[in-house]
Amino acid sequence: MAERFVMSIDQGTNSTRCILFDRRGRLVSVAQKEHQQHFPEPGWVEHDAAEIWQNLRRVVPEALSVAGVDPGQVTAIGLANQRETTVLWDRRTGTPLGRAIVWQDTRTAPLVEELRDDPGEEFFMERCCLPPSTYFSALRIRWLFDHVKGLRQRADDGEVLFGTMESWLIWNLTGGPEGGLHITDATNASRTMLMNIRSLAWDDELLAFFGVPRSMLPEIRSSAELYGDARAVLPGVAITAALGDQQAALFGQTCFSPGEAKCTYGTGSFLLLNTGADMVRSRHGLLTTVAYKIGDQRPAYALEGSIAVTGALVQWFRDRLGLISSAPEIETLARTVEDNGGCYIVPAFSGLFAPRWRSDARGVIVGLTSYITKGHLARAVLEATGWQTREVVDAMNADSSVPLQQLKVDGGMTADNLLMQFVADVLDVPVVRPMVAETVSLGAAYAAGLAAGYWPDLEVLRRNWHRAGQWLPDMDPELRAAEYENWQRAVERSLGWARPPRSAGPGTP
Amino acid sequence: MAGPVQSIERAAAILRLLAGGPRRLGLGEVAASLGLAKGTAHGILRTLQHVDFVEQDAATGKYQLGAALLHLGTSYLDVNELRSRSLNWADALAARSGEAVRLGTPLEGSVLVVHHVFRPDDTFQTLDVGSLLPLHASSLGKVLLAYGTATIETAGETELEAYTRHTLVDREQLTRALAEVREVGWAAEIQEMSMGEAGLAAPIRGHGGLVVGAIGLSGAVERICDSQGRPRPNLITLIREASRAISRDLGATRW
Repeated sequence: MAERFVMSIDQGTNSTRCILFDRRGRLVSVAQKEHQQHFPEPGWVEHDAAEIWQNLRRVVPEALSVAGVDPGQVTAIGLANQRETTVLWDRRTGTPLGRAIVWQDTRTAPLVEELRDDPGEEFFMERCCLPPSTYFSALRIRWLFDHVKGLRQRADDGEVLFGTMESWLIWNLTGGPEGGLHITDATNASRTMLMNIRSLAWDDELLAFFGVPRSMLPEIRSSAELYGDARAVLPGVAITAALGDQQAALFGQTCFSPGEAKCTYGTGSFLLLNTGADMVRSRHGLLTTVAYKIGDQRPAYALEGSIAVTGALVQWFRDRLGLISSAPEIETLARTVEDNGGCYIVPAFSGLFAPRWRSDARGVIVGLTSYITKGHLARAVLEATGWQTREVVDAMNADSSVPLQQLKVDGGMTADNLLMQFVADVLDVPVVRPMVAETVSLGAAYAAGLAAGYWPDLEVLRRNWHRAGQWLPDMDPELRAAEYENWQRAVERSLGWARPPRSAGPGTP
Repeated sequence: MAGPVQSIERAAAILRLLAGGPRRLGLGEVAASLGLAKGTAHGILRTLQHVDFVEQDAATGKYQLGAALLHLGTSYLDVNELRSRSLNWADALAARSGEAVRLGTPLEGSVLVVHHVFRPDDTFQTLDVGSLLPLHASSLGKVLLAYGTATIETAGETELEAYTRHTLVDREQLTRALAEVREVGWAAEIQEMSMGEAGLAAPIRGHGGLVVGAIGLSGAVERICDSQGRPRPNLITLIREASRAISRDLGATRW
C-alpha cells in the first residue's frame, strides 16, 4: 500500500504554504507562494483574499508533485492561519467585498479609545476575555459598516459572509457559492471579540453591541473534527482541522498539558502557556484564549503574551543602523565583548505590549558611556528579547497555578545560540528546540491527522517530538537579579515619552 | 620604491569603465574611452577574461564584468549566518538519519563546531557548539582539508596526533585519503577520533563553489557502518543531499 500523508496549509501574513508530513511527523515537501502586502494609508495593511485563494490552488499541487505524491495518498487536510485578519465576501458570487483587513492594521485605534471609555473594558472582559484592541476582528467589521456605503444593509439582508482566512479558504475548498461550508474553529473565533469564551458560542450581547448580524458569521466548530470533504483543489479529501497560527504552534510543540509553554521567536514573539480546562483570567496583562478543542472534548485554554519587537530590533540594527549586514551576524558582533557594558535597549518602537501595554512608551538606549562599542549594543539588542520574554513568563507564573518548568522555542531566532542561552539564563529554566522548526504547519497537520485517525492519540504525537537542541540555565542568581533590575529601570525610562499630538493653537499652521 | 605598474593601472581603468554603466561595451568603445590602442585594450581584456574578472558576450562580442569579480568581496561567510541558513536542513538530516549532526568551519588548525543538532532519541545530550575537533582525525576536518578550506601546519613536520590506533598519522596516507575524498565527494572517519564512533561528512559550498564548511553526522560505528565496516550507502546519500541543499541555499549554483 502506498504511504499516506497529512497535508498542512499555513495561510500566513506573508505567504501561503503547503507542507506534507509523514506518520513520524517529518516534513516531506514544502511549496509556498508570497502574496502582496497593500499599504493604502499609514497604519493600514490589507491583503487580497482572492489572490490568497489563487495561491492556495497553486501551492497544493506543487507540494504533491515535488514529493511525487498522488492526491489519493493524502489522508486529511489541516489549516493554520494568520489570526484576526478580516474578510467579507458576497454569499452568492463568492467575490470579496474589498480587501481583507490584516491583523497589523491600526485603523480602528480611535474606536479602541472610544470602547475603553464606553462601555469600558469590563464589559468585554466578562464575555470574551479580550480588552479592546486594534487586533480583533469585530472592530474591523464595525469600521467597515461605518465606512462602506450600503454594507450594513446588505449584511442585514443576509448577502454578506464574514470570516478569518481559514473560513474563507474552507468555504472555497468545499464548493464556494455552491454549498461551501461556512465555518470557523474555536481558536480563531476566540480572537474576534464576538465569541463567549466560556460557552464557545457567538455572544448575543457582543453581536448586538457591534451590530453584527448572526447570519454573516460562520458556525463555530472544534479545532479538530471532520468538517467535510474538499470539492476543489483536492476533491474528496477530508478537511479535518483549523487553528490560529500561534495555537497551531503550541499544538505542534505538543504542549498538551497545563503548564507547558512555547515561544515563537520571529519579528515579534508569541508566548502561549497551556492552562488546560482552566480559563485563567489574567491579572497581569496577558490575553486569555482558546488553545484548541479536539472533537467533542472540553476545550483547552491558554494564556498568551505577545511581544511586539524582538527580531524586528535585529532588523532595525541591520537596516537602519547598518552595523551588521545580515541578521545572524548580530551574534558574531555580540560575541566580540564579554557583556553589555552597562548598556540596555528597550525597543518600545510603538509602545510596549504584554505584559505592560503602554502605548505611550518609546524606545530608549540607556547606560551609554564612552566605553560602549557596537558589540555592547549588539548584546543589548539580544538581551532585550531575553528580558521581554522574562517579563511575560513572570506574568504567566503570577496568573497560573503551575510555574513554567521549561520553555519550548521555535522560529528563526532559535538559530542564535547566544540568545537562546541568555533566555535560559534569565528564565532560570531549560530552553529546548524541537527537530521540526515548522511548528505552525506541524500543529495543523497533527490536529488534522488526529481527527482523521491517522494518529491514534496525543501520546503518539508527543513521542514524535524530539529535542534538537537544549540550553540549560547557567547564570549567577545575584547577577540575574541585578541585571533584571537594571532592565526594569531602563523600561521605566521608556514610559510616558510619547505624547498625544498637541491641539492646534495660535502659531500652529 | 618602484612606480605604479602601467598595465595594472590600465586594467583597473577598464574594470571601472565596465562597472560604471549598465550596458556591455565593445572593444572599440573600451579603447576609445580610455585612449588606448585597440591591441593594448584587447590584451588586457583577454587577461581579465582569463581570470574570470571579465566576461565576453558570445553573440555580440561585447564585454562586461565577470561573476568572479562580483563575488570577490562577498566570499566571507559569517559562521552564525551559516548556521542560520543550514538550520532546517541539519534538522531534517538528523531526523532522517537518526544521528547527531554537526557543522564545522576551520579555526586555527582545528575544526570549529558551529552547529549541533541532537541525535533524535531524547537522551541527555549537551550542545557542543564552540568546541574544537582535530582536522586529520574527524570527517568534518578531512572535508575541510581535502578542499583546501583548512591546512595543517607543516612547519617542523610535527607529528600528527594518534587519537586511536585507526587515526591517520602518516602524512602520505592522509594525502591519499584526502585525494579520495575529493574524488567521491564525501569523507568518513571510522574509529579514528574515538573507538566505537564513526562519522560521515560532505562539503558545503558558497558563492562560486568555494567550500566554506562541512556538514557531518556521527554515532556508534555499528549504526554508521555495515557489517563489512563500510559506511552505509543510505547515510551517504542523506549527507550528500543535505550538503547540496545547503550549498544551493548559499548560492553555489552547480552543486
